[in-house]
Amino acid sequence: MGTITEPLTGTPSKKRNLVEMSWDPITRIVGSLGIFTKIDFENKQVAECYSTSSIFRGYSIFMKGKDPRDAHFITSRICGICGDNHATCACYAQNMAFGVKPPNLGEWIINLGEAAEYMFDHNIFQDNLVGVDFCEQMVKETNPGLWEKAQKKKAPNSDKHGYRTIADIMTALNPFTGEFYRETLVISRLTREMFCLMEGRHVHPSTLYPGGVGTVATIQLFTDYLTRLMKYVQFMKKCLPLHDDLFDFWYEALPGYEKVGERRVLLNCWGAFNNPDVCDYRYETMSNWGRSMFVTPGIVVDGKLVTNDLVDINLGIRILLGSSFYDDWQNEETFVKTDPLGNKIDKRHPWNQTTLPRPQKRDFNGNYTWVMSPRWLDKRTGDHLALDTGGGPIARLWSTALSGVVDIGYIKATGNSVKINFPKTATMPETNFEWKIPKWSNAIERDRARTYFQAYAAAAALFFCEKAMEELMAGRSKTWAPFKVPEEAISCGFHEAVRGVLSHHVVIRDGKIANYHPYPPTCWNANPRDTYGTAGPYEDAVQNTPIFEENGPDKFKGIDIMRAVRSFDPCLPCGVHMYLGNGKVLETRHSPMFGMMGNK
Amino acid sequence: MPAEPVPFSRKKDSAPAPVTDVHILWITAGLGCDGDSVSVTTAEQPSIEDVLLGAIPGLPRVHLHNPVLAYEVGDDFMKYFYQGERGELDPFVLVVEGSIPNEDIKDEGYWAAMGTDPKTGQPIKTTEWIDRLAPKALAVVGAGTCATYGGIHAMAGNPTQCMGLADYLGWDWRSKAGLPIVNVPGCPVQPDNFMETLTYLLFQAAGIAPMIPLDQQLRPTWLFGKTVHEGCDRAAYYEQDDFAIEYGSSKCLVKVGCWGPVVNCNVTKRGWMRGIGGCPNVGGICIGCTMPGFPDMFMPFMDEPSGARFSTAALTVYGKLIRALRAITNNTVNGEPEWRQRGHELITGYQPKAGAYRSRPSRKIA
Repeated sequence: MGTITEPLTGTPSKKRNLVEMSWDPITRIVGSLGIFTKIDFENKQVAECYSTSSIFRGYSIFMKGKDPRDAHFITSRICGICGDNHATCACYAQNMAFGVKPPNLGEWIINLGEAAEYMFDHNIFQDNLVGVDFCEQMVKETNPGLWEKAQKKKAPNSDKHGYRTIADIMTALNPFTGEFYRETLVISRLTREMFCLMEGRHVHPSTLYPGGVGTVATIQLFTDYLTRLMKYVQFMKKCLPLHDDLFDFWYEALPGYEKVGERRVLLNCWGAFNNPDVCDYRYETMSNWGRSMFVTPGIVVDGKLVTNDLVDINLGIRILLGSSFYDDWQNEETFVKTDPLGNKIDKRHPWNQTTLPRPQKRDFNGNYTWVMSPRWLDKRTGDHLALDTGGGPIARLWSTALSGVVDIGYIKATGNSVKINFPKTATMPETNFEWKIPKWSNAIERDRARTYFQAYAAAAALFFCEKAMEELMAGRSKTWAPFKVPEEAISCGFHEAVRGVLSHHVVIRDGKIANYHPYPPTCWNANPRDTYGTAGPYEDAVQNTPIFEENGPDKFKGIDIMRAVRSFDPCLPCGVHMYLGNGKVLETRHSPMFGMMGNK
Repeated sequence: MPAEPVPFSRKKDSAPAPVTDVHILWITAGLGCDGDSVSVTTAEQPSIEDVLLGAIPGLPRVHLHNPVLAYEVGDDFMKYFYQGERGELDPFVLVVEGSIPNEDIKDEGYWAAMGTDPKTGQPIKTTEWIDRLAPKALAVVGAGTCATYGGIHAMAGNPTQCMGLADYLGWDWRSKAGLPIVNVPGCPVQPDNFMETLTYLLFQAAGIAPMIPLDQQLRPTWLFGKTVHEGCDRAAYYEQDDFAIEYGSSKCLVKVGCWGPVVNCNVTKRGWMRGIGGCPNVGGICIGCTMPGFPDMFMPFMDEPSGARFSTAALTVYGKLIRALRAITNNTVNGEPEWRQRGHELITGYQPKAGAYRSRPSRKIA
């Protein structure tokens, strides 16, 4: 069933000298992730990769028996950088379970808050965490030759961002001393102020509830938001061309860099920003209101849209135990046999999962992580697809572009691209950007899409702000609608966390939570080899990554691996270890085809 | 070594050797979400770059080793923790984020770990790092409610039986410099609260601040001495027995689940950042996230706290009365005094000298 890579133990073979290396913890991400690799230095390639998470907390266990209204307060604490995405997703699921539709104004306020979250989070991750991998200090240490080239290369968009050469951009990205690094920190605070205006606090919001928000909607609220938003729009007019320059330079200066972190196009997006004019939170109408979201849900395989129907998406989700520290739940209770439309629900679906932790020693030939392996069953082929979110933006833009539904003035999806239109700002004219579907799903394109999605979120926020003001001016100032908690219910919430797909599945019995399973993006990306031997996306993307770093094994920093892993915007509340000096040299037999088969 | 002159004329508790460099070893590998590290990047009073770039007078040079922000990866990052263990990073402040799991309730494996043991190839448990580093630290700081008291991951029915730092090390624990554990709770920690506490400890390390004042729960007293309600701009509604009965209202939220009157936290005073945001002041019920009893004692969050039912009942008569009286006075003060009008009469009460407002007869020049 494995569709991505050939297993290592294979067929005829030649001998390779592999050095075992690990990075534990991987820093500049959120959470604890370890990446363990086997590297072929002679052929400058990563041969094998395992990702491992160092944390188990047990949300689905301790939420049992709790009041369903508490779910968003609790699940927000799953993540310290996109906790609000969890809270929002939980509220979506609660709305479905409680049969409540928030007033339109409440929905626009949530969209404004979530847009601010994307603007903040992508921004700080891109230029304070990922950016360090592209900064002067790092490049000088890993690729002195590249630094030489960068000093000579004039930045094509220097009139927009003000940096003369690519080297000047790299210098501006140096941690704390770099000008753009510090500017990003300041902007990341401005956007968090916008977030706090709508959702109270960052990162665990205070004003979200099932049924809407507690935020008091006044003219001042939107003035305070809009004036900050326009400063961000002005910032994006310089930030986006800066990143285009930087990323284009990498392809140009290091031919073949498109292979770094590349994997087959297997992207998932669960949609973001509900449209209150359409969304009634009923499961029965979910296909329709899902398609009306302002980021269109979709599964993209080999560049083609397989579905943009949230019901299809829901039905296909499978949780495989893979190589994780859990017992199987095959003999546990089946909570949901059919969905409200009468479709059969699989035992391996989140509605029917029971989490049974079994702590044990870490064994890379057996079980090695606390992350299970979510897959999506492609009915056409019977494959359990190891979809990835690509860190969020690339999947969102790709899916939205292909569906071609979103058309809100500031944004237009064309079928093969997404156009973003910004109005005039203080010192810059009206500006249009276009994200075009890239040739690859790789590290650079994941990173590039992130900057474009920052612009997308800002453009969407301009629209949401107009809609919210419209409601308020018409005298519809309510932001919350009352509800009753039912004795029995099943429901689901779909959203996009900053770094990709997010779902919450709930079963309510006797008015209490009987089963609750959140599936955040990093579970899709950072998971281990599954039952069928299919590697998880990080593993898959790092495997076969060519090595461009100029250092040999003695001073190896693994920068290309780091760029591949960080392009997924890991957030495990997880980390990676780099372990090299004493690396064992292994002799591994493996298929000569390995490396050529992998990604296409 | 001669003691350095004391800046700002402050008295020292004792005369420590001058401290020029302080390391901060920050472990995020408790059972947490890294939300406190992320929160700290929000702080502006002071900001993280203010502290690291030396923009605060009197602070020693600060070397931060935090996995969310570190330049280094893997072993390059871990080496500071090994140096700390060997006593080569003196002095250092140990910051712990996330709750401390009980690793003794099972036979093998790990709940939380950081780094890999080069001998066994197995992860090094977070508890082991705390055991190694706490005895060598100048101070141990809990960032956020998970590290301080256990927090959300320590709720009833949890599989790891996690706890706060003081539950793990002991409430009477003292660092080698004589400091108790310093707790800065909050879920997540309010950004400026944490950076301000850290800055205070750095001043103390530099010998220019006295022992940090802490309460029984080991919180800085100047941050946690008041309740949410005491700082809330909606408290007047409570006083007037005028309560929100649904969310989205701008009135007091006690009847829809706010625990503000009994929770120690300054968020309503300080806001979340730059005075913006917060909890009940902006429409979010206080769920007690800074408290040792969080979350269990406050759940279900959206019900009225049982104590509130009693105390709000007690002020029904008084509250309604003063609301009515205030409404009368409010109506009065919304009117203007009657003399603000056009016309030929002066009615403000001023009495000009006789004839002062009348034109003088023209004087003839002799």
